Amino acid sequence: MRKSLARRLAILSDAAKYDASCASSGTQKRHSGPGAGPGGGLGSTEGSGICHAYAPDGRCISLLKILMTNFCIYDCAYCINRSSSNVERARFTPDEIVWLTTEFYRRNYIEGLFLSSGIIRSSDDTMAEMVKVAEDLRVKHDFRGYIHLKTIPEASPHLIEKAGLFADRLSLNIELPTDQGLSRYAPEKKPLGIRRAMGDLRLKIEEAREPTLQTRRRKKFAPAGQSTQMIVGADGANDATILGSSARLYSSYSLKRVYYSAFSPIPDASKSLPLVKPPLIREHRLYQADWLYRFYGFSVDEITEGREDGMLDLDLDPKLAWALGNRDRFPVDINTADREMLLRVPGLGQKVVKSILSARRQRKLTLEDLKRLGASLRKVKPFVTAGGWSPIRLVDRSDLRDMFAPQPEQLALF
Amino acid sequence: MRRIQIEGQGDFDEWRNAARALLAQGVWPDDVAWLSAWEDPGLFGEGEVPVMPEDGARITVPRSFAEAAEAAICHSDENRFPLLYRLLWRLQSSRGLMQDRADRDVAELSRFVKSVRRDSHKMKAFVRFKELDTGMNGRRRFAAWFEPDHFIVARTAPFFARRFADMDWLIATPKGTASWDGQNLAIDPTPASKLRHTDEADELWRIYFSNIFNPARLKVKAMQAEMPKKYWKNLPEAQLIPQLIAGAEERVRAMAAAQPTLPPVFHERLQAEWEEEKSRTLVTPADAGAALAQEISACRRCPLHGPATQAVCGEGPLDAEIMLIGEQPGDREDLAGRPFIGPAGQVLDEGLSQAGLARDRLYLTNAVKHFKYEPRGKRRLHKRPDAGEVRHCRWWLEKEFELIRPKIVVALGGTAYQALTGETKPMEEIRSMPIPVDEGRMLFVTVHPAYILRIPEPDKQARERQRFHEDLQAVVRLHAAQAA
Repeated sequence: MRKSLARRLAILSDAAKYDASCASSGTQKRHSGPGAGPGGGLGSTEGSGICHAYAPDGRCISLLKILMTNFCIYDCAYCINRSSSNVERARFTPDEIVWLTTEFYRRNYIEGLFLSSGIIRSSDDTMAEMVKVAEDLRVKHDFRGYIHLKTIPEASPHLIEKAGLFADRLSLNIELPTDQGLSRYAPEKKPLGIRRAMGDLRLKIEEAREPTLQTRRRKKFAPAGQSTQMIVGADGANDATILGSSARLYSSYSLKRVYYSAFSPIPDASKSLPLVKPPLIREHRLYQADWLYRFYGFSVDEITEGREDGMLDLDLDPKLAWALGNRDRFPVDINTADREMLLRVPGLGQKVVKSILSARRQRKLTLEDLKRLGASLRKVKPFVTAGGWSPIRLVDRSDLRDMFAPQPEQLALF
Repeated sequence: MRRIQIEGQGDFDEWRNAARALLAQGVWPDDVAWLSAWEDPGLFGEGEVPVMPEDGARITVPRSFAEAAEAAICHSDENRFPLLYRLLWRLQSSRGLMQDRADRDVAELSRFVKSVRRDSHKMKAFVRFKELDTGMNGRRRFAAWFEPDHFIVARTAPFFARRFADMDWLIATPKGTASWDGQNLAIDPTPASKLRHTDEADELWRIYFSNIFNPARLKVKAMQAEMPKKYWKNLPEAQLIPQLIAGAEERVRAMAAAQPTLPPVFHERLQAEWEEEKSRTLVTPADAGAALAQEISACRRCPLHGPATQAVCGEGPLDAEIMLIGEQPGDREDLAGRPFIGPAGQVLDEGLSQAGLARDRLYLTNAVKHFKYEPRGKRRLHKRPDAGEVRHCRWWLEKEFELIRPKIVVALGGTAYQALTGETKPMEEIRSMPIPVDEGRMLFVTVHPAYILRIPEPDKQARERQRFHEDLQAVVRLHAAQAA
């Protein structure tokens, strides 16, 4: 007997939740309101994404994130949908996905669709069916919301070409930080194929951005770029290896994001992977380090130099850890230091640094000013000099780390 | 003290007209009391609406202030009126004030703006439309109830008109109502009373919400930071939150306690198919060139293969008489898997066509087959391969020699020369002259085209480009002489 739509929605969203990405930002602006052109259609994208709900796991729900089917011919040890799992299987028809997307959209539950799928029959069959959903949404239903399609590395170039025409974002999961890890836990996946596919995507995206000679208009191809995901804590890779992989991915394929997903227990898990608590703090530190690499001018070596085992300090955020290991670079004078150095001060984010640079052209800044600009004084104080404040002795204190590290839990008599 | 009457429901023009008139009359900020009819209806009619004097001068403000004020006026804190007027006053004498975001008033303004923007953003996120029916004109009709903190309905409604153009909708709030019929966006500031519609789709949404939740990663605080409890009562999914939290731990325990199961029957069949597939995909290469390319692709002789996308093998006919050797693939070559297709490749192509050499009659390759680089943000910085890496890769260069047996070998740059001879020499000592090597083969050395691109001075670059073209022409003459 065919399962009800509700039952299949339950199965195929449960199967999709291990993909961390739910972003709906960074695409071209478009809308369906007055002046939007003939037909009107449904939907809009306005640059920044919108999170329409949050689940109790703290993750944003921006898109209808579902699998087309959770049948899969691959047997990746970490995956709930691997072929050796006894999880309940189901599939949607393209029409059902289109219906769910537009009806959810009309009620303002979502920004759009993130469609992924287990591999059925062949890579091309699977990709073709996913592309059909996106095409129906765009062409038949004039849907102007956000679409994110997972791409299958081995799919034919013409399918990827079409996918990029209809989707805002394409993504391809690298899954594990090393080729060895991937061969061990995802024996059917081919690292070389994944890299080549990412390389092809970057070339296609860049090609589309070049204005054509005749029309001087840019073609539209995956305007929100490509992203990927790495599972953290399934294989033995340390943080230096993971971040090294990310740096390689960002610099090589112009990825918009690398998502880190703490390996989390799944129903009917494989024997080859331990069911431990997902390393959420580690995941959090990796995201912070990722930000330092992308927006704060840190190299991966600088971020991971503090410890010999190549792991990030779980007690301290990586910027603070770097600052404590490089005390000779401090204190920094907030009234004279350049942008690069201000960005390295714990507690100063990009926005605050921008405000400092602008405000100090008007007058000399004090700690009180920093507070009004939104900096956390507790963090900033030991590392800066400002009008009327100099912390010189503070940086030399031997207990500086203890001021920031969480207090050890007090022992109770038993 | 001037007592100024104002409705105070986020109408920017209302406040601006009053403020301009006061400023033109030279009224000090400390001498103004703002009476808002919304905050205290008892005061309605108590104050005056100031009038612009005939000879009032034009007032200008920085655009950043105008934008911020338009947002801040929607805030529900009654202090917004005196704050904005004080800032307007101060801006007349200190034009750079808005840049000083640490200034007390500017900081307060940005706090108001932030709060209004957040409220508006949450309205875009948390409005939930319920379907009512289909109108006479065939348009579907929806309605929503939302409770904003500030007077943001007029400010936020155009977003919904841009997004939900093909349906009729109405958003009712305690601070006014917005509605859309496909033509007009209507705003009514009268407080609405709560709507209580239901929609069957909410049940599907709840199913989605509870299944996309991962019980193994409970982070309730993170959820509440972004979806504060005050919004829950109007969100159909929020009623599930307590039970999802309560049941999470038990679900994780059950996952851990579950015994490993035997794989389903289809798994065995699929695994057998993979084995079969593996033997089938071992395709026999079309020719010796393809066979070599397959070997090079699998090369793990040095660590350079790790960060690279793929090995870039030589390209060209197997009977080519001239072989060009560069240093290593660059960024584009690494992505596309073909040699000399990036910016340096274009310089080479230009030189080749100047010299009348057809690229498809040449064999093009590199001394090192993988791209060596250093990640730097979003870009890759080329790194010169070291002697050891060049030596490791010489293995493949020799295989290419055996296969192609070129009569002329053109080394582009020092690394290629080093790969061929094992020596490093200053370019000027070896450049532009045929050097006989074994088996009557000639070696010809010139610069790498990327070197030309790195020269910053335009005239020096043009000269070097010219020299490079002349070198390639010399290769053509050498080739002709060999044939004769």
